[in-house]
Amino acid sequence: MTIGLLGRKVGMTQVFAADGTSVPVTVLAIEPNTVTKLRTPEQDGYTAVQLGIEAGKRRLNKPDQGQFKGELPACAVVREFRVDSVDGMTLGQTLDVSLFAEGELVDVVGVSKGKGFAGTIKRHSFQRGPETHGADHHREPGSIGAGTTPGRVYKGTRMAGHMGVDRVTVQKASVVRADGALNVLLIKGSVPGAINSLISVSKSVEI
Amino acid sequence: MDLIRTLTDAQLKTDLPEIKTGDTVKVSAKVVEGNRERIQVFEGTVMRLRGGGLGLTITVRRIASGVGVERTFKVHSPRIEKIEVLRHGISHRAQLYFLRDRVGKRSSLREKLGVPGEASVAEVAAEEAITPPVPAPVEAEVVEASEQDPA
Repeated sequence: MTIGLLGRKVGMTQVFAADGTSVPVTVLAIEPNTVTKLRTPEQDGYTAVQLGIEAGKRRLNKPDQGQFKGELPACAVVREFRVDSVDGMTLGQTLDVSLFAEGELVDVVGVSKGKGFAGTIKRHSFQRGPETHGADHHREPGSIGAGTTPGRVYKGTRMAGHMGVDRVTVQKASVVRADGALNVLLIKGSVPGAINSLISVSKSVEI
Repeated sequence: MDLIRTLTDAQLKTDLPEIKTGDTVKVSAKVVEGNRERIQVFEGTVMRLRGGGLGLTITVRRIASGVGVERTFKVHSPRIEKIEVLRHGISHRAQLYFLRDRVGKRSSLREKLGVPGEASVAEVAAEEAITPPVPAPVEAEVVEASEQDPA
Protein backbone atom coordinates (compact mmCIF):
# COMPACT_ATOMS: atom_id res chain seq x y z
CA MET A 1 0.00 0.00 0.00
CA THR A 2 2.73 2.44 -0.87
CA ILE A 3 3.33 4.87 -3.66
CA GLY A 4 5.76 3.90 -6.38
CA LEU A 5 7.04 4.99 -9.75
CA LEU A 6 6.88 3.68 -13.30
CA GLY A 7 9.87 3.31 -15.57
CA ARG A 8 11.63 1.13 -18.06
CA LYS A 9 14.48 -1.33 -17.68
CA VAL A 10 17.66 -0.19 -19.43
CA GLY A 11 20.01 -3.06 -18.61
CA MET A 12 22.59 -4.18 -16.13
CA THR A 13 26.07 -3.00 -15.27
CA GLN A 14 28.30 -2.71 -12.25
CA VAL A 15 29.34 0.21 -10.10
CA PHE A 16 31.99 0.50 -7.42
CA ALA A 17 30.80 1.17 -3.90
CA ALA A 18 32.65 3.57 -1.62
CA ASP A 19 34.67 0.73 -0.06
CA GLY A 20 35.77 -0.55 -3.47
CA THR A 21 33.47 -3.57 -3.82
CA SER A 22 31.85 -3.80 -7.20
CA VAL A 23 28.05 -3.96 -7.00
CA PRO A 24 25.93 -5.50 -9.79
CA VAL A 25 23.08 -3.14 -10.59
CA THR A 26 20.04 -2.91 -12.83
CA VAL A 27 19.55 0.49 -14.43
CA LEU A 28 15.97 1.75 -14.53
CA ALA A 29 15.08 4.85 -16.55
CA ILE A 30 12.38 6.62 -14.57
CA GLU A 31 11.23 9.85 -16.18
CA PRO A 32 9.10 12.03 -13.89
CA ASN A 33 5.67 10.44 -13.41
CA THR A 34 2.53 12.58 -13.66
CA VAL A 35 -0.39 12.13 -11.28
CA THR A 36 -3.27 11.62 -13.72
CA LYS A 37 -6.06 10.64 -11.36
CA LEU A 38 -6.78 10.37 -7.63
CA ARG A 39 -9.08 7.56 -6.53
CA THR A 40 -11.06 8.27 -3.38
CA PRO A 41 -13.43 6.06 -1.38
CA GLU A 42 -16.36 8.44 -1.90
CA GLN A 43 -16.01 8.46 -5.66
CA ASP A 44 -14.38 5.12 -6.53
CA GLY A 45 -14.71 2.95 -3.44
CA TYR A 46 -10.96 2.67 -2.92
CA THR A 47 -7.90 4.89 -2.45
CA ALA A 48 -5.22 5.00 -5.12
CA VAL A 49 -2.96 7.28 -7.11
CA GLN A 50 -2.90 6.92 -10.87
CA LEU A 51 0.44 7.71 -12.48
CA GLY A 52 1.17 8.20 -16.17
CA ILE A 53 4.39 8.23 -18.18
CA GLU A 54 5.52 8.64 -21.79
CA ALA A 55 3.18 11.49 -22.71
CA GLY A 56 2.75 11.84 -26.45
CA LYS A 57 4.76 8.72 -27.21
CA ARG A 58 1.79 6.84 -28.64
CA ARG A 59 -1.28 8.10 -30.53
CA LEU A 60 -4.30 7.64 -28.26
CA ASN A 61 -7.83 6.99 -29.46
CA LYS A 62 -10.70 9.26 -28.42
CA PRO A 63 -11.76 7.28 -25.30
CA ASP A 64 -8.17 7.14 -24.08
CA GLN A 65 -7.60 10.84 -24.77
CA GLY A 66 -10.74 11.63 -22.79
CA GLN A 67 -9.04 10.31 -19.65
CA PHE A 68 -6.72 13.29 -19.63
CA LYS A 69 -8.86 16.36 -19.08
CA GLY A 70 -7.58 19.91 -19.09
CA GLU A 71 -3.86 20.43 -18.66
CA LEU A 72 -3.01 16.76 -18.10
CA PRO A 73 -0.53 15.25 -20.60
CA ALA A 74 -1.82 12.39 -22.73
CA CYS A 75 0.21 9.57 -21.22
CA ALA A 76 0.78 6.37 -23.19
CA VAL A 77 1.20 4.26 -20.05
CA VAL A 78 -0.99 4.58 -16.98
CA ARG A 79 -0.92 2.50 -13.80
CA GLU A 80 -2.41 2.83 -10.32
CA PHE A 81 -0.78 2.43 -6.93
CA ARG A 82 -3.03 1.69 -3.94
CA VAL A 83 -2.19 4.07 -1.09
CA ASP A 84 -3.53 4.71 2.38
CA SER A 85 -4.41 8.31 1.65
CA VAL A 86 -4.18 10.75 -1.25
CA ASP A 87 -3.64 13.78 0.99
CA GLY A 88 -1.03 16.15 -0.37
CA MET A 89 -1.36 14.81 -3.92
CA THR A 90 -2.70 17.01 -6.68
CA LEU A 91 -3.66 16.29 -10.25
CA GLY A 92 -0.86 17.05 -12.69
CA GLN A 93 1.82 16.86 -10.02
CA THR A 94 5.06 15.10 -11.05
CA LEU A 95 6.99 12.60 -8.98
CA ASP A 96 10.59 11.71 -9.73
CA VAL A 97 13.29 9.37 -8.40
CA SER A 98 13.92 11.65 -5.42
CA LEU A 99 11.04 9.66 -3.90
CA PHE A 100 13.66 7.02 -3.10
CA ALA A 101 16.80 7.38 -1.04
CA GLU A 102 20.05 5.51 -1.35
CA GLY A 103 20.00 2.24 0.58
CA GLU A 104 16.22 2.17 0.80
CA LEU A 105 14.43 -1.15 0.28
CA VAL A 106 11.98 -1.31 -2.60
CA ASP A 107 9.69 -3.84 -4.28
CA VAL A 108 10.19 -4.09 -8.03
CA VAL A 109 7.46 -5.47 -10.29
CA GLY A 110 7.97 -6.53 -13.89
CA VAL A 111 6.73 -9.03 -16.43
CA SER A 112 9.18 -11.91 -16.79
CA LYS A 113 10.68 -12.90 -20.14
CA GLY A 114 8.65 -15.47 -22.09
CA LYS A 115 10.15 -18.96 -22.19
CA GLY A 116 7.51 -20.59 -24.44
CA PHE A 117 6.40 -24.18 -23.80
CA ALA A 118 8.93 -25.38 -21.27
CA GLY A 119 9.57 -28.86 -19.89
CA THR A 120 9.51 -29.81 -16.23
CA ILE A 121 13.27 -29.39 -15.76
CA LYS A 122 13.24 -25.74 -16.77
CA ARG A 123 9.77 -24.93 -15.44
CA HIS A 124 9.75 -26.70 -12.07
CA SER A 125 13.45 -27.53 -11.51
CA PHE A 126 12.83 -31.31 -11.80
CA GLN A 127 15.89 -33.55 -12.02
CA ARG A 128 16.87 -35.07 -15.33
CA GLY A 129 17.48 -38.73 -16.15
CA PRO A 130 20.84 -40.22 -17.14
CA GLU A 131 22.25 -39.29 -20.54
CA THR A 132 23.88 -42.66 -21.31
CA HIS A 133 24.08 -46.30 -20.15
CA GLY A 134 21.01 -47.25 -22.22
CA ALA A 135 18.76 -44.73 -20.54
CA ASP A 136 15.78 -43.34 -22.47
CA HIS A 137 14.49 -41.26 -19.57
CA HIS A 138 16.41 -38.11 -20.45
CA ARG A 139 14.16 -35.12 -19.72
CA GLU A 140 10.89 -36.95 -18.94
CA PRO A 141 8.73 -35.75 -16.07
CA GLY A 142 8.60 -39.17 -14.34
CA SER A 143 5.58 -40.37 -12.41
CA ILE A 144 2.55 -38.07 -12.24
CA GLY A 145 0.69 -40.08 -9.62
CA ALA A 146 -0.36 -43.47 -8.20
CA GLY A 147 -2.38 -46.23 -10.00
CA THR A 148 -5.97 -47.45 -9.62
CA THR A 149 -6.31 -45.43 -6.43
CA PRO A 150 -6.94 -42.52 -6.98
CA GLY A 151 -7.29 -43.42 -10.67
CA ARG A 152 -6.73 -39.86 -11.81
CA VAL A 153 -4.05 -37.19 -11.88
CA TYR A 154 -4.35 -34.68 -9.08
CA LYS A 155 -5.11 -31.12 -10.05
CA GLY A 156 -2.13 -28.83 -9.84
CA THR A 157 0.41 -31.60 -10.59
CA ARG A 158 3.52 -29.91 -11.94
CA MET A 159 3.94 -30.63 -15.63
CA ALA A 160 5.36 -29.08 -18.80
CA GLY A 161 3.59 -26.01 -20.15
CA HIS A 162 3.84 -22.31 -20.84
CA MET A 163 6.48 -20.49 -18.81
CA GLY A 164 7.29 -16.84 -18.39
CA VAL A 165 5.35 -13.64 -19.19
CA ASP A 166 4.19 -13.62 -15.55
CA ARG A 167 3.97 -10.65 -13.26
CA VAL A 168 6.95 -11.10 -10.95
CA THR A 169 7.75 -9.08 -7.83
CA VAL A 170 11.21 -8.82 -6.36
CA GLN A 171 10.85 -7.80 -2.72
CA LYS A 172 13.32 -5.87 -0.62
CA ALA A 173 15.70 -4.91 -3.40
CA SER A 174 17.99 -2.13 -2.29
CA VAL A 175 18.44 1.19 -4.07
CA VAL A 176 22.10 1.78 -4.89
CA ARG A 177 21.64 5.24 -6.34
CA ALA A 178 18.76 7.57 -7.24
CA ASP A 179 20.04 10.05 -9.79
CA GLY A 180 17.64 12.96 -10.23
CA ALA A 181 19.71 14.59 -12.97
CA LEU A 182 19.71 11.54 -15.24
CA ASN A 183 16.31 10.30 -14.02
CA VAL A 184 17.87 6.94 -13.27
CA LEU A 185 17.40 4.47 -10.44
CA LEU A 186 20.05 1.83 -9.74
CA ILE A 187 18.73 -1.31 -8.07
CA LYS A 188 21.13 -3.89 -6.63
CA GLY A 189 20.85 -7.21 -8.44
CA SER A 190 18.54 -8.29 -11.23
CA VAL A 191 14.99 -7.26 -11.97
CA PRO A 192 12.34 -9.31 -13.84
CA GLY A 193 11.62 -8.51 -17.46
CA ALA A 194 13.30 -7.78 -20.74
CA ILE A 195 15.16 -4.60 -21.64
CA ASN A 196 12.70 -1.72 -22.33
CA SER A 197 9.93 -3.49 -20.43
CA LEU A 198 7.69 -1.57 -18.03
CA ILE A 199 8.85 -1.76 -14.42
CA SER A 200 7.17 -0.39 -11.35
CA VAL A 201 9.14 0.37 -8.20
CA SER A 202 7.48 1.01 -4.87
CA LYS A 203 8.60 1.33 -1.29
CA SER A 204 8.96 -2.11 0.23
CA VAL A 205 5.91 -3.54 1.98
CA GLU A 206 7.98 -5.77 4.28
CA ILE A 207 10.49 -3.93 6.37
CA MET B 1 22.82 1.49 -23.52
CA ASP B 2 24.02 5.09 -23.74
CA LEU B 3 22.58 5.67 -20.30
CA ILE B 4 24.70 2.80 -18.97
CA ARG B 5 27.76 4.33 -20.64
CA THR B 6 27.21 7.70 -18.98
CA LEU B 7 26.80 5.98 -15.63
CA THR B 8 29.93 3.86 -15.85
CA ASP B 9 32.21 6.29 -17.71
CA ALA B 10 32.29 8.55 -14.67
CA GLN B 11 33.98 5.75 -12.72
CA LEU B 12 36.54 4.82 -15.38
CA LYS B 13 40.09 5.83 -14.55
CA THR B 14 41.62 8.19 -17.07
CA ASP B 15 45.20 8.14 -15.82
CA LEU B 16 45.85 4.47 -16.57
CA PRO B 17 48.83 3.48 -18.72
CA GLU B 18 48.23 1.24 -21.72
CA ILE B 19 48.60 -2.33 -20.44
CA LYS B 20 49.22 -5.33 -22.68
CA THR B 21 49.85 -8.98 -21.96
CA GLY B 22 53.54 -9.62 -21.40
CA ASP B 23 54.11 -6.26 -19.72
CA THR B 24 55.80 -6.20 -16.36
CA VAL B 25 53.65 -4.10 -14.05
CA LYS B 26 53.72 -2.85 -10.51
CA VAL B 27 50.24 -2.74 -8.98
CA SER B 28 49.67 -0.79 -5.78
CA ALA B 29 46.53 -2.13 -4.15
CA LYS B 30 44.92 -1.10 -0.88
CA VAL B 31 44.56 -3.94 1.62
CA VAL B 32 42.76 -3.86 4.94
CA GLU B 33 44.58 -5.44 7.89
CA GLY B 34 42.41 -5.41 10.95
CA ASN B 35 41.20 -1.85 11.01
CA ARG B 36 44.28 -0.43 9.36
CA GLU B 37 44.57 0.16 5.64
CA ARG B 38 47.87 -0.01 3.81
CA ILE B 39 49.12 -0.24 0.27
CA GLN B 40 50.47 -3.55 -0.98
CA VAL B 41 52.63 -3.63 -4.08
CA PHE B 42 52.47 -6.62 -6.41
CA GLU B 43 54.93 -6.81 -9.26
CA GLY B 44 54.78 -9.35 -12.06
CA THR B 45 53.95 -10.19 -15.66
CA VAL B 46 50.49 -9.48 -17.07
CA MET B 47 49.27 -12.95 -18.00
CA ARG B 48 45.89 -11.93 -19.38
CA LEU B 49 43.44 -9.08 -19.78
CA ARG B 50 39.80 -9.92 -19.36
CA GLY B 51 36.57 -8.03 -19.92
CA GLY B 52 36.29 -4.38 -20.80
CA GLY B 53 35.01 -1.10 -19.50
CA LEU B 54 34.48 -0.94 -15.79
CA GLY B 55 34.88 -4.73 -15.47
CA LEU B 56 38.35 -4.91 -17.03
CA THR B 57 40.65 -7.17 -15.04
CA ILE B 58 44.31 -8.07 -15.37
CA THR B 59 45.87 -11.24 -14.03
CA VAL B 60 49.43 -10.67 -12.88
CA ARG B 61 51.81 -13.60 -12.36
CA ARG B 62 55.05 -13.63 -10.44
CA ILE B 63 57.30 -16.22 -8.86
CA ALA B 64 57.39 -15.58 -5.12
CA SER B 65 59.99 -17.66 -3.24
CA GLY B 66 59.85 -20.41 -5.84
CA VAL B 67 56.08 -20.60 -6.02
CA GLY B 68 54.02 -19.14 -8.86
CA VAL B 69 51.49 -16.57 -7.59
CA GLU B 70 48.71 -15.11 -9.71
CA ARG B 71 46.55 -12.19 -8.64
CA THR B 72 43.65 -10.72 -10.55
CA PHE B 73 42.96 -7.02 -10.18
CA LYS B 74 39.91 -5.03 -11.22
CA VAL B 75 41.78 -2.26 -12.97
CA HIS B 76 39.20 0.48 -12.43
CA SER B 77 38.52 -0.39 -8.79
CA PRO B 78 39.08 2.43 -6.30
CA ARG B 79 41.11 -0.09 -4.27
CA ILE B 80 43.80 0.01 -6.93
CA GLU B 81 45.92 3.00 -6.12
CA LYS B 82 48.29 2.94 -9.08
CA ILE B 83 49.48 0.73 -11.93
CA GLU B 84 52.94 1.27 -13.40
CA VAL B 85 54.23 -0.40 -16.54
CA LEU B 86 57.91 -1.19 -16.02
CA ARG B 87 58.79 -3.25 -19.10
CA HIS B 88 57.11 -4.50 -22.25
CA GLY B 89 57.60 -8.20 -22.97
CA ILE B 90 57.47 -9.73 -26.43
CA SER B 91 54.54 -12.11 -26.60
CA HIS B 92 52.72 -13.65 -29.53
CA ARG B 93 49.70 -14.74 -27.51
CA ALA B 94 46.73 -12.90 -26.04
CA GLN B 95 46.82 -15.05 -22.90
CA LEU B 96 50.16 -16.24 -21.62
CA TYR B 97 49.01 -19.45 -19.94
CA PHE B 98 52.23 -21.17 -21.12
CA LEU B 99 54.06 -19.24 -18.40
CA ARG B 100 52.49 -21.61 -15.86
CA ASP B 101 54.49 -24.53 -17.28
CA ARG B 102 57.76 -22.66 -17.39
CA VAL B 103 60.39 -22.65 -14.67
CA GLY B 104 63.47 -20.52 -14.14
CA LYS B 105 64.92 -18.40 -16.89
CA ARG B 106 62.42 -19.65 -19.45
CA SER B 107 59.57 -18.16 -17.43
CA SER B 108 60.62 -14.64 -18.34
CA LEU B 109 59.74 -13.02 -21.64
CA ARG B 110 62.11 -11.27 -23.99
CA GLU B 111 61.91 -7.55 -23.48
CA LYS B 112 60.62 -5.17 -26.10
CA LEU B 113 63.20 -2.42 -25.99
CA GLY B 114 62.54 1.28 -26.16
CA VAL B 115 60.65 3.72 -24.02
CA PRO B 116 57.59 2.09 -22.40
CA GLY B 117 54.51 3.00 -24.40
CA GLU B 118 56.48 4.07 -27.48
CA ALA B 119 57.67 1.78 -30.26
CA SER B 120 61.42 1.91 -30.80
CA VAL B 121 62.94 3.25 -34.03
CA ALA B 122 63.95 -0.24 -35.13
CA GLU B 123 60.43 -1.56 -34.64
CA VAL B 124 58.82 1.26 -36.56
CA ALA B 125 61.21 0.63 -39.44
CA ALA B 126 60.44 -3.08 -39.32
CA GLU B 127 56.71 -2.44 -39.36
CA GLU B 128 57.02 -0.12 -42.31
CA ALA B 129 58.97 -2.76 -44.18
CA ILE B 130 56.29 -5.39 -43.54
CA THR B 131 53.16 -3.30 -44.14
CA PRO B 132 52.81 -2.38 -47.80
CA PRO B 133 52.07 1.24 -48.72
CA VAL B 134 48.41 2.12 -48.20
CA PRO B 135 47.29 2.48 -51.86
CA ALA B 136 48.50 -1.02 -52.79
CA PRO B 137 45.44 -3.02 -51.65
CA VAL B 138 43.13 -0.57 -53.44
CA GLU B 139 44.98 -1.11 -56.70
CA ALA B 140 44.74 -4.84 -56.23
CA GLU B 141 40.98 -4.61 -55.87
CA VAL B 142 40.68 -2.56 -59.02
CA VAL B 143 42.65 -5.17 -60.94
CA GLU B 144 40.40 -7.92 -59.64
CA ALA B 145 37.28 -6.02 -60.60
CA SER B 146 38.46 -5.45 -64.16
CA GLU B 147 39.33 -9.14 -64.47
CA GLN B 148 35.81 -10.08 -63.46
CA ASP B 149 34.17 -7.62 -65.85
CA PRO B 150 34.58 -9.67 -69.09
CA ALA B 151 32.93 -12.67 -67.47
